[in-house]
Order: sequence, then structure tokens, then C-alpha cells
Amino acid sequence: MAKVFIYPSTSLILSDMVARYGHTPLSSATAIRERIQTAGFESTPLQITPEEPKKGLKWAAVEVPSGVRGRMALYGPMIEQCEAAIIIDDADLAFGCMGCARTNELITFLVRQKDIPKLDLYYPKNEEEGVKFVAAIKRFLTGLGGGK
Amino acid sequence: MTDYTPALVGSVTKYVVVESFDVTPADLAARAYEISQGAMIKETCFGLVINGQAEEVDRIVAELRSVDPDHIFIKDRGFPPGDTRRCRANLGGARPGFHGMEYEMTVIPYVSHGLEVLRENDETSIPAPENPLARKALDISRLRKIIETEES
Repeated sequence: MAKVFIYPSTSLILSDMVARYGHTPLSSATAIRERIQTAGFESTPLQITPEEPKKGLKWAAVEVPSGVRGRMALYGPMIEQCEAAIIIDDADLAFGCMGCARTNELITFLVRQKDIPKLDLYYPKNEEEGVKFVAAIKRFLTGLGGGK
Repeated sequence: MTDYTPALVGSVTKYVVVESFDVTPADLAARAYEISQGAMIKETCFGLVINGQAEEVDRIVAELRSVDPDHIFIKDRGFPPGDTRRCRANLGGARPGFHGMEYEMTVIPYVSHGLEVLRENDETSIPAPENPLARKALDISRLRKIIETEES
């Protein structure tokens, strides 16, 4: 059972597909859950404390905005522990402000730098593309081996 | 700063999203209540939110998925059901994160079709989709021509 990083990391479809074919999806929900279930100082809504931008220094330089470094404290550890990755390019839902957009660029850059199996896709726009999309993901995940 | 004491520590929350002509969230909720042994289940417009111990939640979602495997989708959620930091009942407007799901709901019918087709076909016989990395960037000479056309 491989740990598969998904991008967009909130994707329902990718999270489902990875779990469906027996692997563990690394999504933002698990990183957020870890924070909101840890006691500390109140920092609503996501329990992202001032400590997070400091942790983010491992993946982004000090002159990078704290918004990016704070987000990297969530995604950086997942990128480090992932054994494979599925990336959807040009996803309409993966847009945002400077913090989100630059973090997204850094995430895809770091994942592409890593020497692991990667699958790049677009969201399907019709049924024919849907079949190819699912088949490509199934082939990729089956090829990783060890699926549950 | 005030101290933060987390609730439901060690529990897992999962979304069960249903996009089916045959199964409604109410059907799934009834089934989930039947088989649940202490998990918290909340019915929503798009499906269910289930919170409990990991083994219990996994058992319930596996059972629910078998009701209509090609049209039921599951993903993790960070917050428990009804958390005041996320629930729209407290915030007003759509729940943060709903818009991403709303977008993917427009794509899910194609994915469901793909899952149905793959039940009867081998995935190796289906051609690969377009590779985003193979898409060429705008050629510099083409860009120059566009600029010159605009300027003239």
C-alpha cells in the first residue's frame, strides 16, 4: 500500500480513486485533522499557529511570504513521505490568492523534483475522456503494487 | 492567546458523496444508521459525513460504497460534522471547501461512466489520456508574429 500524494490535495475524485484501488491518499484533510486534534493555543479556524511559517522554512526561503510557508508546513511533510503522486494540471478549483497560487506552484515543483512515479492528467471533459482518465489512474495505481 | 482543547481526538471523519440516479443521501443514511456501532452520522445534501474510530468508519464506508460502487465517492475530512469553525449553520453561505466539491461534482458523472466501462473492459486496452506535460508552450517565433501583427 503506497502513500500517494494528490494534487489538488482537496480533490474528492483523486482521494476516492487512490483509496478505491488500495492505496493511501495524502490529502490536505489529514494534515488539517492532525492540527485540529492537537491541543495548544486557540488559532481558528484551521489551528495554523505562528509556528507553522517557521516549520515551512524547510521548503521555502525566509523571504517567501508567510502564507506560503504556513501552507508548506501542511504539505511539505506529505510531499516528503509520498511514494507516488497524481497531479491534475490546470484544475479550475486550484486557484487562489498569492498564498494559495504560489504554494500550488511550489507543491507541483517539489513533487516533480522527487524521483517517484508520477501521473499527470487533466480533468475529463466528456465520457470518453472519463474512461481514459479512470483507466490511466487504475493502470498507474496497479503498477505501484501492494494495493490492498 | 487562549488554550485550545480539541474535541473528538483520535477520531476520523469521512465524506460519502453520492451522485446516483438510484440512491439518495437519505437511503445511504438509513443504511449507515443500520450498521453503525457508535459512529456519528450526518446526512447532507450531497451525501453523508461520518465520524468515529478509523476501523468503524472504514467498515461503514466500505459497506456504503458497495450499495452503488460506481456512483459513491469517499474522501477524508479534517473537521468533525457540525464543527462551528466550518459548518455553514454558523458561518452563513457555503461551507469553505464546498466550491471545490461543487466543481468536481460536474466532472464526477464522467468518472462514474469510466468506472462502469472499466467493469467490463481491461484498463490496458484503453488508450492513455492527453499528457499535460507533452503540451508545448507557445513558440517564441509564433509569439513574435502575434506581436508584430498586433502592432502593424
